[in-house]
Amino acid sequence: MKWLIPIALGIAVLCCWEAAVHIEQIPPYVLPAPTAIWAAFTGNFASLMSSLWTTLRITLEAFILAVVGGVALAVLFSQSRIIETALYPYAVVLQVTPIVAIAPLVLIWVGFERIHLALLILAWLVAFFPILSNTTLGLRSANHDLIDLLRLHRASRWQILVRLQFPTALPYLLGAMKVSGGLALIGAVVAEFVAGSGTATGLAWRIVEAGNRLQIAKMFAALGLLSLLGISIFFALSLLEWALLHRWHESALKKQT
Amino acid sequence: MSALLTLSGVSKSFESGTRALEAIDLSVSPGEFVSLVGPSGCGKSTALRLIAGLIKPDKGAVVFSQGRPEIGFVFQEPTLMPWARALENARLPLDLEGMNRSKADETAARALARVGLAGFANAFPRELSGGMRMRVSVARAIASGPKLLLMDEPFAALDEFTRQALNDDLLKLWEEDQLTVIFVTHSVYESAYLSSRVAVMTPRPGKISADITLSSPRGRDPGYRLTPEFADSTRRITASLKRTTP
Repeated sequence: MKWLIPIALGIAVLCCWEAAVHIEQIPPYVLPAPTAIWAAFTGNFASLMSSLWTTLRITLEAFILAVVGGVALAVLFSQSRIIETALYPYAVVLQVTPIVAIAPLVLIWVGFERIHLALLILAWLVAFFPILSNTTLGLRSANHDLIDLLRLHRASRWQILVRLQFPTALPYLLGAMKVSGGLALIGAVVAEFVAGSGTATGLAWRIVEAGNRLQIAKMFAALGLLSLLGISIFFALSLLEWALLHRWHESALKKQT
Repeated sequence: MSALLTLSGVSKSFESGTRALEAIDLSVSPGEFVSLVGPSGCGKSTALRLIAGLIKPDKGAVVFSQGRPEIGFVFQEPTLMPWARALENARLPLDLEGMNRSKADETAARALARVGLAGFANAFPRELSGGMRMRVSVARAIASGPKLLLMDEPFAALDEFTRQALNDDLLKLWEEDQLTVIFVTHSVYESAYLSSRVAVMTPRPGKISADITLSSPRGRDPGYRLTPEFADSTRRITASLKRTTP
């Protein structure tokens, strides 16, 4: 029943909002009523859905590539200190340089005719680092006595990696994925803003476009869809985490007595 | 009887400069139950890791006269894989040697039954008590049918009742499987109860200062703790320890 409380609050806020707009006669270009936003949503349903799909696709592709690339590089790091020492600083540089600052350069290099690829690279850059750093930490966190036990039984590096290091790193990876999923969406949106008019057709561009035309209700509709997308990604990844960890991990442990 | 393994002049220092072991000589015959007793930091665990081949000595050698036997190792902590069920944990050494699945399951299930965990094959470590986790750890060590069992203060963290129950189970396994056991402990009573021989160690640098031969632990039961022989063993071990600790 706990989940009913925030939903009830949300409904109450929407009702007050609707009432306030009508009573105070707030102009729609300042604050549109929830019903007006709903009308804008249904009225622009086709274009909003196609924009949602564009943003979703870039987000998911960037996220999947971030997971694959991050885990692969983390495995490489865990196997070789030299490679880690050589590459890690550059991974940090890519991470700490603001994406908005790199975006124009990437757009010029990749070219506006391949805008999808440019957006993908930018979203990937943001999503990649948490996966890399957390998985590297996780792979290094395997119990030393267990590593010794596997060595005692003549386990190969590969066996140690698969039987011990991967399962140890799994909770770290899943935690990082929840962060990265959100970051991939942020990366996709920021990249679209920077790419600007005419080329990008995702939700971020719908927001810019509607803002320029003072269609505030449509802005809200696009914004709502972005929030929904972010929430869905978070819930999907939380569900995955629960499915993989609830049987054994401390985080899922119910307090006894 | 020829020795199963011999440590001759084994020395080991760590990078920090600590001299963990200095010129250790120890010879262990098949079927012996040898305890290494001493205060913390006297290099007992290091000696065990050298025998297991997990670290190499700086000087001297560890020699197995008939080649390196299958070794089982039990750590101070149960060191189970939290994501794996009891059976999967006990099966680990068998999986690593490439035994086929159904035979490995069967062998691991038998090992679990022998340590009194027949009904807990599907339990995750977090669902088991400390004593039961340690039992899984022992089952894992004996699952691959080792000749030599190395144990590093395995029962130190358990309560007295559980510890005594596990001591009896261990003696039974030792007898049934004709194991050779090297058992590290800092409990005089535990070593007197379990061992056929006790090597007393002194710290910094770790040395063996006394080698005490006791009777065979075959058939000992809790009543043995009340016998004059047990009292005499503990007195001898304690006296050697006193002489070595300033």
